Amino acid sequence: MAKITAFFLLLCIIFFSSCYNTFALYEDQVGLMDWHQQYIGKVKKAVFQTQKAGRKRVVVSTEENAIAALDLRHGEIFWRLILGVNDAIDEIDIALGKYVVTLSSGGSVLRAWNLPDGQMIWESFLLGSKPSRSLLLTPTNFGANKDNVILVYSNGCLHAVSSIDGDILWKKDLAQNGMDVQHLVHPEESDTIYTLGIGDTQFEAYVISVRNGEVLKHSNMEFPGGFSGDLLLPTSDKAVVLDSSGSTLVSISFVGGEIKFQKFQISDLQGYSGVAVLLPSKLAGMVAVKIDRSLLFAKVKAEGTLEVVDTVPGVEAVSDSLTFADGQTAFGLIQQDGGKIQLTVKSSDDWKSHFLKESIEVDQQRGLVHKIFINNYVRTDRTYGFRALIVMEDHSLLLLQQGAVVWNREDALASIIDVTTSELPVQKDGVSVAKVEHNLFEWLKGHLLKLKATLMIATPDDLAAVLQIRLQSAEKSKMTRDHNGFRKLLIVLTRAGKLFALHTGDGRIVWSRLLTTFRKSGTCESPRGLKLYQWQVPHHHALDENPSVLVVGTCGHNSDASGILSFVDAYKGEELNYLAPTRSIALVIPLPFTDSTEQRLHLIIDAEGYGHLYPRTPEAVDIFQKELGNIYWYSVDINNNLLKGHVVKKNCKEEIADDGYCFESSDLWSVVFPSDSEKIIATSTRILSEVVHTQAKVNADQDVLYKYISKNVLFLATVTPKAMGNIGSVTPDDSWLYVYLVDTITGRVLLRMSHHGCQGPVHAVFSENWVVYHYFNLRAHRYEMSVVEIYDQSRADNKDVLKLVLGKHNLSAPVSSYARPEVMTKSQSYFFSHSVKAVAVTSTAKGITSKQLLIGTIGDQVLALDKRFLDPRRTLNPTQAEKEEGIIPLTDTLPIMPQAYVTHALKVEGLRSIITIPAKLESTTLVFAHGVDLFFTRLAPSKTYDSLTDDFNYALLLLTIVALVIAIFVTWIWSEKKELQEKWR
Amino acid sequence: MAVRAIFLLQFFLSTIFSGKVDGYTVTGRVRIPGFSLKGSGYSAKASNVKVILNGGQIVTFLRPNGYFSFHNVSAGTHLIEVTAIGYFFSPVRVDVSARNPGMVQAALTENRRSLIELVLEPLSEEQYYELKEPVTIMSLVKSPIGMMFGFMLFVMFVMPKLAENVDPEEIKRTQEEIMRGQGSLSSLLPGAQSSN
Repeated sequence: MAKITAFFLLLCIIFFSSCYNTFALYEDQVGLMDWHQQYIGKVKKAVFQTQKAGRKRVVVSTEENAIAALDLRHGEIFWRLILGVNDAIDEIDIALGKYVVTLSSGGSVLRAWNLPDGQMIWESFLLGSKPSRSLLLTPTNFGANKDNVILVYSNGCLHAVSSIDGDILWKKDLAQNGMDVQHLVHPEESDTIYTLGIGDTQFEAYVISVRNGEVLKHSNMEFPGGFSGDLLLPTSDKAVVLDSSGSTLVSISFVGGEIKFQKFQISDLQGYSGVAVLLPSKLAGMVAVKIDRSLLFAKVKAEGTLEVVDTVPGVEAVSDSLTFADGQTAFGLIQQDGGKIQLTVKSSDDWKSHFLKESIEVDQQRGLVHKIFINNYVRTDRTYGFRALIVMEDHSLLLLQQGAVVWNREDALASIIDVTTSELPVQKDGVSVAKVEHNLFEWLKGHLLKLKATLMIATPDDLAAVLQIRLQSAEKSKMTRDHNGFRKLLIVLTRAGKLFALHTGDGRIVWSRLLTTFRKSGTCESPRGLKLYQWQVPHHHALDENPSVLVVGTCGHNSDASGILSFVDAYKGEELNYLAPTRSIALVIPLPFTDSTEQRLHLIIDAEGYGHLYPRTPEAVDIFQKELGNIYWYSVDINNNLLKGHVVKKNCKEEIADDGYCFESSDLWSVVFPSDSEKIIATSTRILSEVVHTQAKVNADQDVLYKYISKNVLFLATVTPKAMGNIGSVTPDDSWLYVYLVDTITGRVLLRMSHHGCQGPVHAVFSENWVVYHYFNLRAHRYEMSVVEIYDQSRADNKDVLKLVLGKHNLSAPVSSYARPEVMTKSQSYFFSHSVKAVAVTSTAKGITSKQLLIGTIGDQVLALDKRFLDPRRTLNPTQAEKEEGIIPLTDTLPIMPQAYVTHALKVEGLRSIITIPAKLESTTLVFAHGVDLFFTRLAPSKTYDSLTDDFNYALLLLTIVALVIAIFVTWIWSEKKELQEKWR
Repeated sequence: MAVRAIFLLQFFLSTIFSGKVDGYTVTGRVRIPGFSLKGSGYSAKASNVKVILNGGQIVTFLRPNGYFSFHNVSAGTHLIEVTAIGYFFSPVRVDVSARNPGMVQAALTENRRSLIELVLEPLSEEQYYELKEPVTIMSLVKSPIGMMFGFMLFVMFVMPKLAENVDPEEIKRTQEEIMRGQGSLSSLLPGAQSSN
């Protein structure tokens, strides 16, 4: 008997030890819990590459500093490169038919990329004397063996660069006389180029030899009255510009360096008033002038006179001219009426005819057309067809061909400003679930396939089927709430002012809305979004209502620009209400109170420090009045190095606002940092919704430490002014980094710590009673991460368990922010290998699960690092008891395990921020990382101890049970037989 | 982990003499063993390699021969990082001297090894996925279900054999003992006492 018991025990031990599965993913688990989406951003310039057979593509440069080659058939990315943040792309072109040439960083970096795969071929650094506009010219034919020259004008200098290896052939400085060079012209089949520019009142032209950069001729001519705006170049020997009054078009002929002006009065035309603007589109032999809402097209005649051809109303965008077979030129123009787009492709030579006139329905939520690029193709009947690539107001990219939208890309998602989440609707009875749910047979079949896979008897076809089933599990993309809280809506606000709802299961767009209040209008010149808040989260007595979000924005870049508030239904995406323009918005404080419809109260602080209460209902005011005097806020003034605390005290005086929703606050305290020795570079606070499970921390030696947990502690980092620059600009001796922990209610500085020889950038994350921050150590020349933990000393004597049990301790005493408890801080620093772009911490529903830091590295990956590695109690040789508690022996460097990258082999290009959302399941947290790419996954920092994994093979379990039941029967029959035999004996 | 020692005495540093811009050019090379720059595959693409100066101040890419350069770099001590999916590179500390242009010192910050030439090689390859161990008989037996099965088989086949080996009379004796034991046990109980 004892033997059996021992055996059983052994069994149990093996069972539990085999339950411990490792943290990382297996390769075939990619895509089960995570999704990854690639974007490029709003397109600035596009160049088509369709001449050669094979894959037709369009190369684009974007506002996110991306260069990408897109498939013209489907809009997919062939390759994509994201340049550095300071490396904005000015110009893009194709050279030699095989290289993409980009000019970036204000015209100082010229790079050539291989067209098929995006490999960089060469890079040239172009130096200049003073900033100027950047121009790029890749001439197609310079006659015999000269077609390998690229001409670049940037920073006041003209450079000729070999397109084969990027060597600078010659350089000519043209910046001496303050001329603004606007065009480089290469007349066909010649050996010279013209450099055209305008000064304040004069037009200048240089004729320069392409061979050696020699100035063959320099001519200039005064124009009385001066010019305004940009110079246009309709033909290769004539330029057109507006005069300074904006009422006269001047056509300039400069052939051979002989300058001739000819004036053309716009104001002579009847019925036109208002300001004329020359459209920068490059049209062959024509100019387009925008007057009011209409476009005036004027043809430039051979003798230099201008002739008005037509005026077209309601034009949104005009493309550049396209030259195709036998020297024909065409351009596209877009007229728009709501969701209806009219695309016209006109011939520049013959105004009356047009190649194409199509009307296309486009989603209203895309707004106006901002840009159009056209391209031609040869139809099967040898006529010419046209396709148009259009960039919309919401940053999306659409390809129009044959009267339809062939594909679209939602590139607004490349520029997310803020993210919030919303729960999905509760599953109601009668809602058709059967449609998405597998029937039992299919379920069993799937599991049998899985079983085959585990037993290694599956064919490759079976394996593919298994993978397919796992990836397309309908369960994860359902539109209802689940038990584990994995399915949610991610509401994201983009720079385009478009709001998207993404499903966490598969990342699809559930709805999207271009908010009308975030569109450019007369009252709001440059609207931009700031923040998203959960406005209404119904859960108890208002379950029938849909949750809604509050979108906060501002009309300008100044702090006193008027604000925008918009309320959006989180399920349907409808804009329920909006308030615009309102008072300026400096700070939004979501208050911990809700009204009877579960709308959360928000106090919006304006630039003058007055608080405005929303929602604007008497009920909200009633709730708020009770708490008046208990609402504190703080402000960080980086320019003046000032930290201030405020309290909301009383209603505003009548002269400010008499609506009853305005509240005045008074200053409580302020901390001034001496600006000659300290500059504020970073702040961080705890996330308001964070849940802390326990305040006590039990040591290995049965000692209790009380965490100092306060929502009102601010982490703040300052550096010496010399250390504000980049690495390499300061010596370690001149550089100090100071960190502070400040109580934002009383202004009390809980901690001040200095790091000598260290500098920013500082990335910090604050959770529970600890802060982790990342900075650069100049002495070691490595990045460091430090952890600071705060403990409450005033409760340190509450260690008596008996007192705790009997309630004779001060734990039940009211906690006040005015109390000044003794605090104790512990700190430790470690080296960290990489630069960091963002730091976050996992958050779970109840705060029981241990925490992991999520570190967005410079390589655009997200690394999960256990908080245990950042524990001030780590020592070189932990005692046995400490080891049992989970204290890791101290090392000088934080470990980077490749398997701990939550993004595994993927990159979140241009990573900006990491957001964690607790799931309902305590062990699990949802992680959303965004930049130019989006990445979403589920993490279990302490393994999924409270549920079976998705991989759990139910079929195998079922099979075993069936086998056991059969075995029981068999043995029963056997024993019956045996007994019978015994009895017969 | 081993990094090949490089003993090529060649350092690229050129000063650019020009009007307002006074910077240096730092040129180096990234070499990844067993990595063809024209290759394909999930990580083996040179266009996925970025070289980053001072945590993002300048970002550049590799030429087909693996060379990269940073232009307009001020004198001072800088940090170069290489990011490539599938490889771990140590950040490199680069000293650009203002006093004697042409002098550049470089050292890996991870292990403080100084570089004679600015050739950056990965310290290690990174494997992002857990390796799947092939299914063996042992792993099947070790799995909870396998153990259930094993136990069942044990009870079915081995137990009767064990029972067979025992002398039937001995069984009887032990059974009696157990019965007696039960009796003595039940005698302890008050209810049992009354029945006696």
